[in-house]
Order: sequence, then structure tokens, then C-alpha cells
Amino acid sequence: MTDPRLHFKTPLRQTPFHSRVAEANVLNKWAAWGGYTTALELSDGEMEYSAIRNSASLYDLCPMVKYRISGADAGAYLNRLTIRNAAILAVGSVHYTAWCDDEGKLLDDGTLFRWADTEYMLCCQERHLPWLLDTAAGFDVAVAEITEEIAALSLQGPCSASVLNAAGFDVKALKPFRMARFAFDGGELTVSRTGFTGDLGYELWIAPDHAVSLWDKLMEAGAPWGIRPIGTHALDTARIEAGFIVANADFIPAHQALREDRVRSPFEMALDWMIDWDKGHFNGRRALVAERNGSTSKWALVGLDIDSNVSTEGSIIYHDKKREVGHITAATWSPATKRNIAIAQLLRPYHDQKSDNLWVEVYALRELQYAKLMLRAKVTPRPFFNPARRRATPPGNY
Amino acid sequence: MPSFDAIVIGGGTNGLACATRLAQAGQRVLVIEGRDKLGGSTAETDPWPGYRSPCLSHLLTHLDPRVETQMKLADHGLSFVDRNIPSTALALDGNHLVLTGAAGDTISGLISDADRTAWQGLRKRLMGFAGALAPFRAMTPPRLAKESGNQYLKLAQLGLGLRRLGRDEFREFLRLALINIADVLEDDLADDRLRGLVAFDTVLGAWMGPRSPNSLFLYLNRLSGEISGKRGATALPRSGMGSVATAMIQSAKTAGVELKSGAMVERIIVENDRATGVALASGEEISATTVISAINPKTTFLDLVGPRHIDTGFANRTRNIRSRGGAAKLHLALKGTPDFRGANLRSRLVIAPSIRSVEDAFNAVKYGEVPTRPVMEIILPSAFEAGHAPDGHHVLSAIVQFAPHEPKDGKESARNAMLENTLSVLEDHAPGIRALIEHSDFLMPYDIEDRYGMAGGNWHHGELAVEQMLFLRPFPAVAQYSTPIAGLWLAGAGNHPGGGVSGAPGWNAAERILSRGRS
Amino acid sequence: MNYDAIIIGAGHNGLVTACYLARAGLKVVVVEKNDWVGGAAVSRSLHPGFTYSNCSYVSSLFRPEIMRDLELPKYGLQVLPYEGGAVMTRDGGYLAIFRDHEANRREFSRHSPRDAEAYDPYSRDVFRHCRFIRPLLMRTPPDPARFRPRDLAELAWLGKKTFDLSESQIYEMIRFWTMSISDFLDEYFENPVVKAYLAVSAIIGTALGPMSPGSAYVLLHHYMGDVDGNVGAWGYARGGMGSITAALSASLTDSGGEIRVGKGVEKVLVQNGQAVGVALDDGEEIRAKRVISNMDVKRTFLKHVDEAELPASFVKQVRNFKIRGSSGKLNIALDAAPKFTALPEGSPMYKGDLHFTDSIERMERAYDDWKAGHFSRDPFQDVMIPTMIDPTMAPPGKHFMSCFVQYAPPKIEGQDWTDADRDAFGQTCINQIDDYAPGFKDLVLHAEIRTPRELEAEVGLTEGNIFQGELTFDQLLFNRPVPGYAQYRSPIKDLWICGSSTHPGGGVMGAPGRNAAAEILRDIRVPTDMSDAYAVL
Repeated sequence: MTDPRLHFKTPLRQTPFHSRVAEANVLNKWAAWGGYTTALELSDGEMEYSAIRNSASLYDLCPMVKYRISGADAGAYLNRLTIRNAAILAVGSVHYTAWCDDEGKLLDDGTLFRWADTEYMLCCQERHLPWLLDTAAGFDVAVAEITEEIAALSLQGPCSASVLNAAGFDVKALKPFRMARFAFDGGELTVSRTGFTGDLGYELWIAPDHAVSLWDKLMEAGAPWGIRPIGTHALDTARIEAGFIVANADFIPAHQALREDRVRSPFEMALDWMIDWDKGHFNGRRALVAERNGSTSKWALVGLDIDSNVSTEGSIIYHDKKREVGHITAATWSPATKRNIAIAQLLRPYHDQKSDNLWVEVYALRELQYAKLMLRAKVTPRPFFNPARRRATPPGNY
Repeated sequence: MPSFDAIVIGGGTNGLACATRLAQAGQRVLVIEGRDKLGGSTAETDPWPGYRSPCLSHLLTHLDPRVETQMKLADHGLSFVDRNIPSTALALDGNHLVLTGAAGDTISGLISDADRTAWQGLRKRLMGFAGALAPFRAMTPPRLAKESGNQYLKLAQLGLGLRRLGRDEFREFLRLALINIADVLEDDLADDRLRGLVAFDTVLGAWMGPRSPNSLFLYLNRLSGEISGKRGATALPRSGMGSVATAMIQSAKTAGVELKSGAMVERIIVENDRATGVALASGEEISATTVISAINPKTTFLDLVGPRHIDTGFANRTRNIRSRGGAAKLHLALKGTPDFRGANLRSRLVIAPSIRSVEDAFNAVKYGEVPTRPVMEIILPSAFEAGHAPDGHHVLSAIVQFAPHEPKDGKESARNAMLENTLSVLEDHAPGIRALIEHSDFLMPYDIEDRYGMAGGNWHHGELAVEQMLFLRPFPAVAQYSTPIAGLWLAGAGNHPGGGVSGAPGWNAAERILSRGRS
Repeated sequence: MNYDAIIIGAGHNGLVTACYLARAGLKVVVVEKNDWVGGAAVSRSLHPGFTYSNCSYVSSLFRPEIMRDLELPKYGLQVLPYEGGAVMTRDGGYLAIFRDHEANRREFSRHSPRDAEAYDPYSRDVFRHCRFIRPLLMRTPPDPARFRPRDLAELAWLGKKTFDLSESQIYEMIRFWTMSISDFLDEYFENPVVKAYLAVSAIIGTALGPMSPGSAYVLLHHYMGDVDGNVGAWGYARGGMGSITAALSASLTDSGGEIRVGKGVEKVLVQNGQAVGVALDDGEEIRAKRVISNMDVKRTFLKHVDEAELPASFVKQVRNFKIRGSSGKLNIALDAAPKFTALPEGSPMYKGDLHFTDSIERMERAYDDWKAGHFSRDPFQDVMIPTMIDPTMAPPGKHFMSCFVQYAPPKIEGQDWTDADRDAFGQTCINQIDDYAPGFKDLVLHAEIRTPRELEAEVGLTEGNIFQGELTFDQLLFNRPVPGYAQYRSPIKDLWICGSSTHPGGGVMGAPGRNAAAEILRDIRVPTDMSDAYAVL
């Protein structure tokens, strides 16, 4: 056991899959994510993206922050914490959810797993321990951070079910947002049919001790389908196509926002569909009721389709080429749809009534010089890419 | 159809004031009190044989004029032995200083002319500030937001009132508003007894020492109170403080308020985000259009409403209300007349020989310890009028500061140590007094919490300190007496303008509830 | 010879004022009583081979606008960020501070996982207050008791700035400005060591304890600076704090200004209610159109101006100005780097600030001693070893250690400090260090012990107060130094004040000096190239 005080000598930790990812990371492109070393690109970003949409991809998810919420009041607690109804989430199921502060501004979004009647796991991008603990007062519930206790892998792609089946994990009957457990390597593997790519895919949860053998097992079983480890860049392209948002990329968690005007409500991030108004009180409910009744939402989250194939990342959006009405938070050329897509924040009502005359100002760097472009943008429904194979059960045999 | 228009939880001064005001406006009101006796800190405690028991609070400084007149307290039996009892700053050598008149108008005793003059100047200045601030007591705190329904006209008048003090005085006000009282006393006065007395009065009931910045504001708050229209008063009701409770109860009954004591509210019923009534410990449920809590806000939100009906940030705010009680209460039955080295017993006797003595006493409680030389304010009701004790006997009531609310060494041992140190200081000032003690009752802040339900034993239901005053009291979201839960209101000392047997928070809350109904 | 301006005192603010005036074309002379420049921002060689920052010892507050306007880097100023720091605990452990966010979180989490994550919202909230206050630093406070257009406009600006915040943020701000750091930290943290570390900035230099209301503001005062845009960060001036004033002096000389050292001012010469020059203590008189004092307000008006020239009410206000010193300083030459038992070998903690006060309670008890007129028996020390980063201040392998100590009162139980008191104070501090770094005493080659007495005698800071006046609300903004005179002017025409006694107060910030120059130039309608405060985005 190393001296715990010496943690500062390795400010970035390695995930349980690190040895394998490092082996695959021939480009040596690393980045910090939540205190861990993670790969941005391993060998070829485009091929990695292609694996997501064509075969099977393996992505190291360990840095996602995980909390275990257990106790008799776990459901009631989560109902107070999150905007969605966690009490009716079936055991063995998962749902996407979000939670707000008192003012009804988003703190984070994430996935909630119901392991058992009185045990859930909340998986998210940012850290929230003080808020989760404070919310627990008055509830018979225990909240523990378990990020380091669980290794997580994302296996995504049309062939991901085939790979799992070949590895001995029969997921044919596993429906979207459901979980299944399998014995593996003397331990237990949990597979959930979830993901961040908008494609057929699974997330795998296992104790760190068995992480490497799981990786090896999947790589071996997936070889015939061309399974490929991928980095964050490829995943990011896929998630934009799927229309997913990311904390600190598409919105600033309310507890982190230094500038008061940066916070966003679920209405403003198009997450209001999740709000269960009838489940009783939850954090931010009164503010959200007021926002709903008063139609006071200021911003809207939209998908954009932009003329040309020039990336519009970080660009400002204008109405009639003059008035600043928003900005782009994520953008990519979408290989799957052959469109130049973006996720954007627009001031209301430029997201609908006044959305006919939107322009994106782009500074495109070409050989050390910026070309200034004004490109027409069209509000487009998300997800941009939404294949039927994503939902089919049993999954198609690809 | 709810049984009542309004249920008021807590039958103390503020609960009764609020209930009476609402009933006077024609509402059907029920007051529910958990203890057997109504009146809160002015309810008499269990008597010793032959003695009349003192109450937790033993003097009046802040009776709200609206409460006094509109509740017709005089008609209901409230009268005063004296509206301005003198204050004696006790000295160990018998060289006492006596301040008489409103806020120490006149000083008698050996004191330098320079100090006498300086005190007049300082007193006048502070009374001027207090007078300009006093109207704030009788209004809902403003919100610092545009179009927030503030009483702008009244606020403008108040601002003008401050400005009308004159440019120099206005500047002094801005300088002194957040200063500590010790610096001001040391700048202006040389006499330790006088400095000690004012320092003590400043931090009476507070959890801060005279050197704590912002403390002068508490002295202004003290001076801003009035009794029967007289500012800076220190009044002793006839037949003891219990007569305040008696008069208020009578007034409430006359107005048609229903009173229910010995009934503990266990829960405020919230349905569809609206308070619809209360559930009692007995299991009984009573419905009402409006539920008003005159008990402390911590208990109200964390226990009676419960975390499921409030947001996490709101719950944190509630938990963060600082409510450290620093005052202990001593009651003695004496089988003789104590001699405080010749001091007139028909006065408020203060043992606080210097600023340092008050500050040192405070130092201890910062660490949960008991001070070796506590400072105190003593009243012998039996010296003022007959009927409190058998002939030749006396009842002594003292507020002793500072006492730890969460003692490091345990409650029992802290209580014993505190009592011992208190009696030892008393003995120094009134030799032989210990031998006279027939009965004693000593309440530490945690005992006060247990007995009266005041969070932390703080008699303001939350420390009175600048960062917890006005629109910050008890915290911004509920400072205007309303709460995020429709139909639930606050009316206790935890709200503006704080505690001290004034009835002002209760009355202000009632006014606001009624104006809401009208608008 | 006639000057446009005489500046009394070559401290950093006096030099800043002089520089701006000289750059605007005024003929200025700075007179300094000591044989060296710098005031409390000095590098002194008091032991062969060693350079001490013997007063102020770290830099963050010095306004970047001033550095740039006066071209200080060209004249040799370098500010080096430092890293790390630790509080050592009585049980042999420690809490370290790291610049790396994750390392810092893991370190806090060794003490409390909750506090580790509470640190971000805490910092966010404090920085919100910083963002509000930073633009106020380089503006002249309005006089709220007058109705001159400029005062009204400035009040309106303040009002607008305030109401640009959300309602709840306004309340947060008022709360923060009026509460104690101890209460504030209690709202975020549970661990006593974490709280003790974070409370430090709220007591440095003040006659307040961590439990005193208003101490949270003092924390802000230490957080509102930056090193190269990194708000809240602190650094070393390469070559010691004297590098700042050396650069200012060089800039001044280059702009045609004059500095005369070893010239103590006896009196400000006043004729017909107007300042016309100064009389030096060697009998020389220097005439000028205006006199600007970098001395604190008490020293200026109670010692160097005829009382008869001043309104009695002003004299009373100045007498009542609170300027109690609360700190002392040890400057130590070390034969080798000390070894703190708790700290891992070679850890970066040595490159930052080291403390031994592991609870708010110990800090507050140290303050109780001060209130009672003693130096703290168990003092709080901010120990730094600049030579861990700056190679210029000691011979290789040897080190200069700066120990800032709280609390030390201006007088010991009402009596002046004696040499014996001073030595006892020094010994208390050295013993405390030795407790955590056994053998430390044997490394000491030389130690300079400075109590408020030494600080007053050498630097001229009344009662040894490092801020030229306490930072409590009765003495901030339009109340600083005294109500009615917060705009760098005095009751005497052409006598100005530019030191830390004026808004926005102490620390090696330069803002008071810059603001005073702005007022003077505005008065005489001379254009200046002075920058406004950089925008806060």
C-alpha cells in the first residue's frame, strides 16, 4: 500500500483499464478527465468513430462519477433530489435524469440505475457529494461515492450485442434501459443497455479487479467484428449526432457558475419532458412551476443544421446577421447524416417563432489565416441520428 | 371547509399578538401551545412554596406600541411598577454608579465631569440613531429587488429620517453602523463601570462580545424599543412579567381567539404545496386556511414541515440560522435581604465591571467553556413590590452571561460549574448571599431550549446579529414572514425585528397576512 | 527650487503617486526618512549573503494596471507564483494545498470527502464577491452625505452595480461582508483543519479573530488580487518585496522624478490654510505646490501637522482612527532547509505557506491573548521560505525564512514593548517552529525579530499596523480613513494623503497611491495615461 499522502506525485490517476488503453494508444494522445488519465484518440479518430457506427467500440468510462444511494427512503430521496420520478423506476432499470438547485437551475444530468428496491446508483459527470449529503437529511438513506469501486466500460456499435453474446453474455433479451447480471471471472458483471452514442450499445460495470480480464475477453470475443478501443474525440462526434448534452460543455452546473447569468433550467436545456409534476415536492419545483406558469424561460436548447461543412464550434449565432441571439456549445460534421450539425443555446423566441433567419459567424482557420464566414443555420430536431437498431430487441444480427 | 381561518403555533408573546390582530380583523383563530401555560418566556414557572415564580424574561424594554395599545393590555391588567427602573453598575468597593431615566438619562455616583458630559453626548447621538431606526421595527422588512412590493413611501420616510439627522450625524451613523461597541466606549468614556454597563447591555441576549464588530448596532436595537411611548425604557410590570402573559391572553380571548395549551404540534400538514393544517402529537388533525408558526424557524421547517416539502438549499439555510444561546437564567429564593454593598435593590443591578469583564466572559463560550467570572443583570422583584416572597424574603432573578450552549465537558458539569461561578461572583458583590439561598433554579441555554423550545436556547429564536437582521432574518427567502409553502407564515422572534417580548414580529406578520388577503 | 509636489514617504503608494504625477509632467520629489526606499516593501541585507523581505513578504494585490502603466517589469519587477503550502497538525499530520485541482481535492478528501467537494462551491462563492469588489479598488469612494454631482454619479454607479446582481446575490454579499469567517466556513465545511487553513486570509494583519464579525471581508481583501490573471493567487517578488519599490523608484527617476532618502519630515508647512511645503528634520525647507503624505493618517496629522491648522472635529476623528497593530515578523537566515517531520521528503509544500494552527479555536485563542494585551502564547504563524523558489535571496543551499506572526499587540498590557518582551516573543515563535521541525533552532544563523514597536520605529506604521489602519467597516470605503475625507484630500488645501490609510486600504496594492494621483491630476486638469481598472468579464 503506497503512502496515501503521496497522491500528489501522481495527480492524474490511471483507470483499471489503463494498461490496455495505453497499449492501444499508439498516438499517445491523453487528457485529464475527472482526475484520471484518459485517451482522446488512440490510433485514428475517424476509424474509431466508424467503429461506433459500423462495428463495436470500447470506451473506458471509469472517470464517470458514481454514487450509491441506499436505504429504505432511497426512492423518496431521489424523488426529492431529481426532477424525474425515481420511485417508479423498476428494479433492474435505468433512466436518464437531471437535478436542480432551489432556483430550478440544473446542477447536472446523469443516469440513475436501480440495483434493488432500496439501492440505486447515480452516474454523472460532476461531483456533488455535499449536495447529495445535504439532501439526505431527514431521509433514511446512505450516500456514498463509489467511483473507484466500479470500473466501467462502454461497448457501443451495431455489433455490440453480437460481441457480448460471443463473450458468453447473453443480452439478446435485454431491452433498452434494462440491466442484466452475469458471473464473470469469479465476480459479477452488470450489463446495462445504455450508452452515449445514440446507437445500439451497452455499458458494463464490474469490480476493478476484474477489469482487465473483461477488457481482454471483449477484445478477444469482438475480434471477428472488428472491435476497436476508442478515445473521447470519436465518442464526442457520436454523442453530438445523438443530440446528448454534457455538463460543462453544453451547460454550466449551477453550483459552479461564477457568472449568475450562465445557469440554465431544465426548460432551457430541453429537459423539461422529464419533470414529474405530480410526484410531490422536489428540489427546484417551486421555481420551475413559476417558470412554467410565467413562461419566463430565457434560453432554449436547439439542434442546428448549418450550411457548409465548416465546423462551427464555439461560434456566435445572429438573427438577420445582426443581432446576437445565441451561441454554439457543440458542433461537428456528422459522418452519419452528412450534415454540419450543432447543439446551440438560443435566446427565446429565436428558437421557434423567429428561427427563420439565423446565421452563424465562423472564423475558419485555414493555413494560419482565419476566413470569416456567415453561414445560414436551421433549427433541426434532435437526435440528428436515430437508427432503429438502437431500440430493437432482440438486437439485429449485424 | 377548514375549521379555522388561521392556526397559530406557539402561544408566546408573538403568537398571541399575531392571533389577536387576526381575530380583531374578524378571523377565526386558534393558538396552539405545547406547554401547559401560555405566554412563552413570560409564562410563570413552577413556584416555590410561598414565593411567586419569576419568568424566563424579567424586564420589558421593547413592548410594541401597536401591541400595547391595540391589544389594550392596560385594560387587561398590565401596569408597571416603573417604566424606567434605574440601572446600578455594581462596584466591588460599593462605589456604584446609578443610571436613571430613559437609557441612563442621568448618572449619579462618583464619576468625572468629563465622562458625565461625554456620556450625555454619546447617549444623545445613539438615541438619535435609534429613533431614526425605530420605525423599521413596525414594518415588513423591504426586499432588495425592483418591483418587490416594498412599502416604498415608508422606506423613503425612513431614509429621510436618517438624513435629517444632519450631514455630520449621518456620516457618523454610516461609520458607527457596523462598529464594535468597545471601540466607541473607549473613544468616548473613561469610566470602567459605565463602559462595562453599556457593553453588557449591548450584548445582552447576544452571542458576541463587546469587541465583536457590528455590536454597536445591537445597542441601537436595544435603544429603539419603547414602552408606552417612551424610548430606551426598562420597565418592570406590576406583579411580575407573568402579568404580560396574563394581559395578552385576556386580550386574545376578548378578541375571540381560541386557545389550546398542552397540545404539541407534531407536523404541519402540507398538501399540494400548501399548508392546510396541523397534526398534533395526540393524533388530532386541525385544518385551517392559514398556518402561522410563532415558534423558531428551525423547528418549523426542519421538524414540522420536514425536508420533503422544502428544497435542499432552503434546508441548508435553515440549518445555518445561527442560534447559539449565550445567556443562562438564575432564580433564587432568598430567606433574607441581600446586601449588594449598599446598592438600591429597587434597581436593575448589573455586574459587569469593565468591557474586559464582558469580553472575557464571552471568550469562554466561544470554546464551549464556562467563564470563571460571568457577568449578569439582577432583578429582585420582591424589592419593588409585595407579593413575590414571604415577608423579609426575596426572589432574585438574574440573566447570566455567557453560558455555553454546547459545553465541551458535558451539560451536567457545565451547569454545575456555571452555577458555582455565578454564585461566587454574586457572593463577592453581596457577601453572605449564598447563605440566604432557600431554593434555586438555574437554566443553561440547553435547558432553556428543552423547556421553551428556543433553538440553541437563544431567546431571539436565532441570534440577533447584523447578518441575521431585517431582510436577512432569519434568512432572505422568508424574511417577509411568508414562506415558499403557500398558506404557511412565520410570526416568531426568529423574524424581524427579533425577540425580547415585543410582540412586533407577530404583529408585523399579522399585518402582512391581512394585507395579502386584501390585495 | 520649487516642486509641483512633495511626497512624504517612499513606500509603494507614495512612489506610485509620484510616478503617475511625474509621468503627467509634474515636478515631484519624494522625501524618505530612512536611508533606503520602500517603506514596508523592502529587501534588506541584514545578514551577509542574505536578502530579507523584512516587512511584507508576498505579492498578489499589486494592481496589474499599475505594473503596466509604470512599466515596472522593464525596471526589473518579476512576480513568481508560488506553489503548495500546508497546515501541520498537532497529531503529526498535515493538510497540504496544491495548485492542481485534483491533487487538492484528494488532499482535502484525506481529511473530509465532503469538504473536498465543498471547496469548489466555496471558492465560487468567494470569487463572486471578488468580482464585485475588484472594480471598486481603483475608484474614489463617493461621499454619501453630500449631493455633489460626482458623488451622486458614483453612488448611482454603485447602486447599478449592486442591482445588476440577483436579489439573492445581494443578500449573500451583505451577509458575507458582515459575518465572521468562522461562521462563513461553518456553512461549507466540517473539518477543523480545512477551516483553519481557509480562515488564515481573514486574520492576516487584522486586529480581529476568525470569530469576529467582519473577518470574512478581510479574507476577500486577501483574495481579490491576482498573479498574472490567476485571481486569488499569491507570489514572490523576485529578489524580495523591495524589487517592487526598486522598480517604482527606477520608473520614477526615468520619468524625471527625484527621490531624497535620509530626509525625515518634521512638519508640513501650512500658510493661510494651504500646504506649501515641508520642513525637514535637518532644518531644510522644501517648497511645493502641494504636499502628499504616504504616511498613515495618524502620523500625518497628529505628528507632522500643526493641530491649530486642523478642525477639532477632524483631529478627534483621526485620534479615534483604529490602527492597532496585530502582527509581528521573524526574518531568519537558515544554514540549510528545515525539515518538518510531518511533510514528506521533497514535497512541494515547502514552496508555499506553512502553518501550525490546525483549528479556528487555536487561532481565536491566539486573538484572545491579543485582546488581553499579550502576544499569543500559541501564535499563528505564516511561515514561508521564498528561497525555495527565488534563488537570489540566499547563498545556494541556504535559505531565507519569513515568519509572519499573529498576534502581537501594539503594547504589552498597556506598556511599551521591551527588548525582553521582543526576545520572548521571538523565542515563542522559534520554539513553535522547532516543535514541528526538530533541530530547526540549530539552523538559525541570524534572526531579526520585529514586533509592532520595531515596525513603527523603522517603517513609521503607527502602532505597527501593517494596513495603515484596521480593515473594518467603520474604516472602509467612504469611511476610510475618516468620514468626509475619503477622497484623498484633507482639511488643508493642497495637503493630500495617498497611503494605505485611504481607500481601498492596505496590502502592497498601489491602488491608494494610484487613486490619489488620479484625484490630484483631475483637480489640476492635467491629462494622464493612467489605465482604468481592467474590465471584469
